[in-house]
Amino acid sequence: MSALIFSIHWQVMVILLPLAGAIACFLWPRRAVLLALSCALGTTIAVIGLSWLVVVEGAQRYAVGGWGAPLGIDLYVDGLSLLMLIVTSVVGVAISIYANGYFDRSRAGEFWPLWLFLWGALNALFLSADIFNLYITLELLGLAAVALVALAKGAQPLSSAMRYLLVTLLGSLLFLLGVALLYHSAGSVDIAILAERLTASSVVWIALGLMVVGLLLKTALFPLHFWLPQAHASAPAPVSALLSALVVKASFYILIRLWLEIVPSNNFVLGQLLGLLGAAALLWGNLQALRQRRLKMLIAYSTVAQLGYLFLAFPLANIIGWTGALYMLLSHAIAKAAMFMAAGNILRFGGHDSITDLDRIVQRLPLTVTTFALAGVSIMGLPPSGGFVAKWLLLEAAIRSAQWWWGVVLVLGGLLSAVWVFKVLGHAFTPSTVPHEVRAVPASMEWSALALALMAIALGLFSSWPLALMMIGRPFGDGGGL
Amino acid sequence: MTSPLLFALVGIGLFTLGLYAVIVHPHLLRKILAVNVMGSGVFLLLVALAKRSNSVDPVPHAMVITGIVVAISATALAVTLMLRVKDETGRAKLPETPPE
Repeated sequence: MSALIFSIHWQVMVILLPLAGAIACFLWPRRAVLLALSCALGTTIAVIGLSWLVVVEGAQRYAVGGWGAPLGIDLYVDGLSLLMLIVTSVVGVAISIYANGYFDRSRAGEFWPLWLFLWGALNALFLSADIFNLYITLELLGLAAVALVALAKGAQPLSSAMRYLLVTLLGSLLFLLGVALLYHSAGSVDIAILAERLTASSVVWIALGLMVVGLLLKTALFPLHFWLPQAHASAPAPVSALLSALVVKASFYILIRLWLEIVPSNNFVLGQLLGLLGAAALLWGNLQALRQRRLKMLIAYSTVAQLGYLFLAFPLANIIGWTGALYMLLSHAIAKAAMFMAAGNILRFGGHDSITDLDRIVQRLPLTVTTFALAGVSIMGLPPSGGFVAKWLLLEAAIRSAQWWWGVVLVLGGLLSAVWVFKVLGHAFTPSTVPHEVRAVPASMEWSALALALMAIALGLFSSWPLALMMIGRPFGDGGGL
Repeated sequence: MTSPLLFALVGIGLFTLGLYAVIVHPHLLRKILAVNVMGSGVFLLLVALAKRSNSVDPVPHAMVITGIVVAISATALAVTLMLRVKDETGRAKLPETPPE
């Protein structure tokens, strides 16, 4: 049995299945739902198979077509990439079920191929072992994401999609220029070879600077977040969930990989700068979230804020800090997807998502409001939730590296997000003058969102398993364990 | 000055020019063209730096070909989106300040 499982090249399957499914959905739009759901199932099985392989046999390197680095393309999977693949699968399956209820038959043919392309691009990105392949997957991801935003009709979503496209192209080109310069300095694009050959010269620093700026633009770190709230808020609900949960995390994953592998070790100033920008994002995003009148805009600004937490690991630069940031990534992906899905349910039910006119929605959509509250618990970082574990780890890392002020930022960010979560919940209980135009919400949309929210809470109760998983292959170097 | 270095510098010049134009010009078609100029700058740099002493390294050429495919797809999507924006708003420009 296990010999059979290990003989299948799961790395290839997790990329090929969604891509093949996307093309099939495009060719047969009438069968799109069936094709896409079976493809989602198949991809999840492939991710499980790959996890099994990695847990038993450790980090894996696979040379596509038998060519191998430096000439061919390598796929590399360790604990870090595996964790990203699993998050993508978990959120992906829930969103697939949700989207099945959200899009009616005429729109389904537009959504499914793009979503499967996005999934394939994400999986390929997490498995890439060379920086040029990372560029290609970034572009694939960006183009699919922009097309998904443009699915929402109307002037405003289209303008947001256009702005998003220009930003994402600009980010990729900055990254590509960096790739060209790094290739010139080291004669390879393979991350492992680059790590051996690169020395801290001025060309290398310029190249890395360009790549970091490009990635920050795509990750929407303050003050480069200007495109995110509009794009994430005006997209259809399942797309908003995908963008906030997964797409912005992909460029962050590349950043963390580059930082751990090829950024020279005298990076103190850059690390502090990233941490400062993260802290600014945390405060600015949460304050802006408080000012918003529309629920989806509020959630989108909270994504800007939550992305700030991820960057607090850079000044701390110890193994606990990295695991904390990744745990934050994991729990934010799941909680934020649940929150956007809940907002989509409210929008579908009432025809608007004005926060002050939520009009006792708790009595009409109790499951959805529960989803919002549970996801809110994780985003505020209250125990027992994934967000709490992540903040605890970051706090411990801040104290261990004797930089307590980052801990103050952490606590302040949590308090500010608590204010807007309770503001929304307060309005969910109070009657308003504007009545809702009541429209039924399919059960699949409510339950899939709730399942994700429960998972965000469960991450706080069962944290040892994901933490052990991300250590496979020692992606964070050989510092002391937990 | 050797000719590969000259081409590399021209590539960086094109990239900078494109970056300036994409930020400054409000019309979407100009922005899309500017992004393409930036891309061409990077491709020129890649090809120019491929010339090492006597031999020519083929890998950057393969990268440029892949990059051109990506650039064409991105431009196609951008132009389509631009036309849709123009249909909806009557102007091929982005709104100055996004509405609340």
